[in-house]
Amino acid sequence: MKRLVFLDESVRLIFHAVLVGSIYLLFVGHNQPGGGFVAGLVAGAAMSLRYLVGGLAEVRRISRFQPWTIMALGVAISTSTALAPLSRGHSIMASMSTSFDLPLLGHIYASTTLPFDIGVYMVVVGLVFMVFEAFGEDPDAEADEVPEADEEGATR
Amino acid sequence: MHGAIAAVLFPSGAHLGRKSFIVAAVAPLSALIWLCIQLPDIVEGRVITQHLSWVPQLGLSVDLRLDGFGALMMLLITLIGVVVCGYSAAYFSPTSPGLGRCAGLLVAFAAAMLVVVLSDNLFLLATAWELTSITSYLLIGNDHTKVKARAAALQALLITALGGLAMLAGFVLIGQAAGTYRLSAILASPPTGGTVSVGLALVLIGAFTKSAQYPFHSWLPGAMAAPTPISAYLHSATMVKAGVYLVGRFAPAFATVTIWRPLVLGVGATTMVLGGLRAMRQHDLKLLLAFGTVSQLGFLIVLFGAGTPEATAAGCVMLLAHALFKATLFMVVGALDRRTGTRDLRRIPVLGREWLGVKIAAVAAAASMAGVPLLLGFIGKEAGLDALGHAGFGASGWVIAAIVAGSALTVAYSVRFVWGMFGGGSLVSERNDPDRAPRLEFLVPVAVLAGIGIVLGVAPALANGLVEVASTALDPAAPAAHLAIWHGANLALALSAVALAGGTMLFLVRDRIEPVLAVGGRVPSGAAVYTRLLRGTNNAATVTTSVIQNGSLPLYAGVTLATAAVVPGAFLVSRAAWPGFPRFVEHWAQLPVVIAILGAAVAAAVVRRRFSAALFLGTTGYAMAGLFVVQGAPDLALTQVAIETLSTVLFVLVLRRLPDRFERTSSNRRRALRLVVSGLVGVLVFTFAIVSRANRDAVPVSTEMIARSLPEAHGRNVVNVILVDIRGFDTMGEITVLTAAGIGAVALARAGKRRRSSREVAS
Repeated sequence: MKRLVFLDESVRLIFHAVLVGSIYLLFVGHNQPGGGFVAGLVAGAAMSLRYLVGGLAEVRRISRFQPWTIMALGVAISTSTALAPLSRGHSIMASMSTSFDLPLLGHIYASTTLPFDIGVYMVVVGLVFMVFEAFGEDPDAEADEVPEADEEGATR
Repeated sequence: MHGAIAAVLFPSGAHLGRKSFIVAAVAPLSALIWLCIQLPDIVEGRVITQHLSWVPQLGLSVDLRLDGFGALMMLLITLIGVVVCGYSAAYFSPTSPGLGRCAGLLVAFAAAMLVVVLSDNLFLLATAWELTSITSYLLIGNDHTKVKARAAALQALLITALGGLAMLAGFVLIGQAAGTYRLSAILASPPTGGTVSVGLALVLIGAFTKSAQYPFHSWLPGAMAAPTPISAYLHSATMVKAGVYLVGRFAPAFATVTIWRPLVLGVGATTMVLGGLRAMRQHDLKLLLAFGTVSQLGFLIVLFGAGTPEATAAGCVMLLAHALFKATLFMVVGALDRRTGTRDLRRIPVLGREWLGVKIAAVAAAASMAGVPLLLGFIGKEAGLDALGHAGFGASGWVIAAIVAGSALTVAYSVRFVWGMFGGGSLVSERNDPDRAPRLEFLVPVAVLAGIGIVLGVAPALANGLVEVASTALDPAAPAAHLAIWHGANLALALSAVALAGGTMLFLVRDRIEPVLAVGGRVPSGAAVYTRLLRGTNNAATVTTSVIQNGSLPLYAGVTLATAAVVPGAFLVSRAAWPGFPRFVEHWAQLPVVIAILGAAVAAAVVRRRFSAALFLGTTGYAMAGLFVVQGAPDLALTQVAIETLSTVLFVLVLRRLPDRFERTSSNRRRALRLVVSGLVGVLVFTFAIVSRANRDAVPVSTEMIARSLPEAHGRNVVNVILVDIRGFDTMGEITVLTAAGIGAVALARAGKRRRSSREVAS
């Protein structure tokens, strides 16, 4: 694939900025517009930029993990957050929270809803990754794949 | 309480190969040690309970209750679990695939099985019950490259899982009638009435399928496709006992319900005789044992199902005895199979001196199965015959006759097993090869279980305490256990003698009565029905799919949209009043945004290229986000933008596979129809939006959620609070479904790719 240096470089620049933005959205989500779902979608949009630049190979370079690993981890985090209160004798999904002061960062408020939201974030990110994995152009596949698919489509 | 420990071990066995079974043994071993520590207390009648709140709003909770009978079952599960794990380490060759998975599944199964016998909540019991079905399915299909193993696994899963569903329905009926789902509470004051009878019948179907009773027995012989240690553990000693366990729990409380005794005793006795007949005709020693298990399970169902205190006590002895001898015999067959390469009794060579230890254990176990005096099997059978002889219900004579006949057959196939193992039926005359001697690792587990059987047979008083507490846990009226070798010359002894003599006779004249034995194979069984049903379901699915899923996307979309428009639309026209148009423009910034939306929408509809249409569709979405901003909903706008971006990307990815331009093949009539449907949808959505705003008669839930979100969930973003807190449970379900759907979609998409590339290779 022919690559444009300008596009390459600007995406490289933007990608991480957008990721940081998505993580910001994830953390402020409880009080301001944002949250795990939206943040995951934003991160997914950043991934689609990478896809534009270098196809599936470029997307795969983002993470060492397989998309289903990310999704499974996300589900595991959310589910175990939901189950955690059981061990303290609360009912399932009961949210627990605490707040404390940290130097430099100021007053911090932490709640179990945050790890739950992180799980949601990971599922969404994993899903987007998976979409590329499933429908993206596979560099390993043969080039004549597309015309053949065309024929199949036309018979409908 | 110990299920958790076992479950933790599951993933750890992944890369250890044969050693993983040693690791796996730790789980049942720890439970066994724990049980041994608790045992003195339990024998004194103490009941250990544990309660864990699950979803209190729905009345779901995890209730575990360890009483005498539970302790007996737990003893079997853990003891045989330890032995089988040790044996597996020797049985599997280091190179056989999926060992870690196999060991992990074995531990997971043990955990599920423990929950079945310890659960005091019917829902928990049903869940664990289905888990045992699933682990059994995976273990039978362990060698997933064999078609036969997969088919057998599927059959076992379908039959036992469907039975489990019937049982769940039965639980609900009984639980509703009793007003509680606590097993101990229901059994203490059993509900009565017509629904209870129906519920009991459903529960019994579950028990019969699990315990391989006629006519559902066909899955158990098929399950012998599993590796032999698995068969020894699941399909003889523990899992198939789940049905017996359930019958044992329910019998004292419900035996007087009209349908109970005819159903349970009839099915149990039939199974016992038919299983015995089939066992006589098997050449594969493992299948012989499998049919023997079917037969013995029938006997156990009869004993527990009779519901009299004495029969229950006898059932407890027989349960223990059966687990001990059947697991031993299975492991003997496994050792034979591994070391001589066959388990067909026509091919087993005459075994040399090295096999002496295994032979002694096998003979002891087979003799116990046959009910020879001085062994535990004899004591159990004796007590059972005695109890049924004194049982005060009608037709007990028939049941006894069936049991004596079944016992005679049991004797006959036990003799046949030993005869076959000693090479009596061997057609090969090759000398035994010394390197094929059984290793010590094979001998030890076999000897341990056979040894326990012998010790308890000679000194049955050792088991008195456990048996007594187990039977009183089921039925408080159970007599004090007085297990002894010699009960005096009574009817039961005479019947035992008849069975032993008759069985020996049957074995000696087996060739001459071949046609009679063959009857057992010809009795219509569930297997044929199962095959026909499965084929029928497949055919029906093919037909329905070709009608409903004809592959035309426009048709799918048309039907879905038309339904979505017409159903609420009909309601709208018949019920709601028209509130009049709202103000046309509320803010000047709305105007340009709406113009953009309209323009893009029209363009998307008329444009000829798919790619451009997708882009225009994206434009409407972005413009919609703009509208949200104008209305003061930035979070909504944010979500809309993100989704729109991603769906456009998705469109582009999928469009690569479709023709660039829309086809113009559709006729004018069809185009008109599409126009009508789209118009209808548009008009109705518009009206619906306006009318539903004006027709609200309850306070919207959002009011309460907004009010509660800051003080209770400490969040100012209400949408997010709803997602992660107030409706967090829904979100959890959603992400799980999303993950499953995503993995499925990738599997489908990749399968298509792989097929194409393999075709390229072929051409």
